[in-house]
Amino acid sequence: MSTDPDTDESSPPEPSETVSERSASEVDTDSVTFSREGIRIGFLTCAPIAIGVAGYGVAFGVLARQSGLSVAEAALMSAVVLAGASQIVAVELWADPIPIATVVFATFAINLRYSLMGAALEPWFRHLTSKQVYGSLFFMVDENWALTMREFKSGGSLGAFLLGSGIVLWLFWVASTILGATVGGAIGEPEQYGFDFILAAVFVALAVELWDGSSTLLPWLVALGTAIAAANVFPGQWYILIGGIAAALVEVIRHDG
Amino acid sequence: MMGEEFLSLEPIVVAVILAMAAATIVTKVGGLWLLSRFDVSDRVEAGLSVLPGAIVVALLGPELAKGGPAEWGAAAVVVLVMWRTENILLALVAGVIAVVAFRSIG
Repeated sequence: MSTDPDTDESSPPEPSETVSERSASEVDTDSVTFSREGIRIGFLTCAPIAIGVAGYGVAFGVLARQSGLSVAEAALMSAVVLAGASQIVAVELWADPIPIATVVFATFAINLRYSLMGAALEPWFRHLTSKQVYGSLFFMVDENWALTMREFKSGGSLGAFLLGSGIVLWLFWVASTILGATVGGAIGEPEQYGFDFILAAVFVALAVELWDGSSTLLPWLVALGTAIAAANVFPGQWYILIGGIAAALVEVIRHDG
Repeated sequence: MMGEEFLSLEPIVVAVILAMAAATIVTKVGGLWLLSRFDVSDRVEAGLSVLPGAIVVALLGPELAKGGPAEWGAAAVVVLVMWRTENILLALVAGVIAVVAFRSIG
């Protein structure tokens, strides 16, 4: 989507060649702009994935009703929290009285991985205003983060891609929550249509694009090994965070080493 | 009446939902906010540069490990289609069709 010759996939950021203030990635990302066109392309690119995600929105709506939330409350949660896994866990924890601290802490812990994902967007987002950055980050979930990384890594310069792809996810997420909470279990399980595989498929596709030769191998093996080990030891989704941080630490140690 | 129950917004429930939203927004903006506040050394930047791939692999590994041959086969289909066509939509559609097909066999 970019015609800028500077943004070349074959020359990824090589911080070792530059000083910290002006890293190579800064040069690579100068063409990043925030435009209506970026919102439109993000919206359209993510629309098919949003339809798949809606399968989960329906499931969440059903679960929320079973836990005693009204349709309006379930819709409100989808509209302002916009983080599927944590919402499903929250309504599973829901009881009377509501275990407020448990629900809020579980939400925070499950979503902590978004901090790492947001940090990974920094080389491109540093060219946007803070209003654009923080407005976009509200709409960031796993699926559109993956699509946005793919867009940027392949040389794209659409700074509004995350926002556009997030808006379509938000629309489908809220609408499908209302549908699920209203009609109940009539739709059936997402597994029946393979919808449960969409997130894994998005990430497999992204992994293919992020593969950058043998220098990628060590951090990926570290991330894979620690994540699988951590998934067996710790509850919830801590393994994503642990795997990501372990790989980054190894790279920090290996750097200049 | 049913309509009231559908549209009711209990203050305590709304408060918990807003607290969840606040916690989530902190996680979504927190990482990038910290990065923009502090100068990062090139050593740290090298670590950050491997984050995208590392997060993808860390999320994917346990997800696929808890699946079975149907999921592994479908993941291989996604890799193959992605590698040959570089078309993400095609790869996703092929993966979802493959997982449904492999599950019906298994």
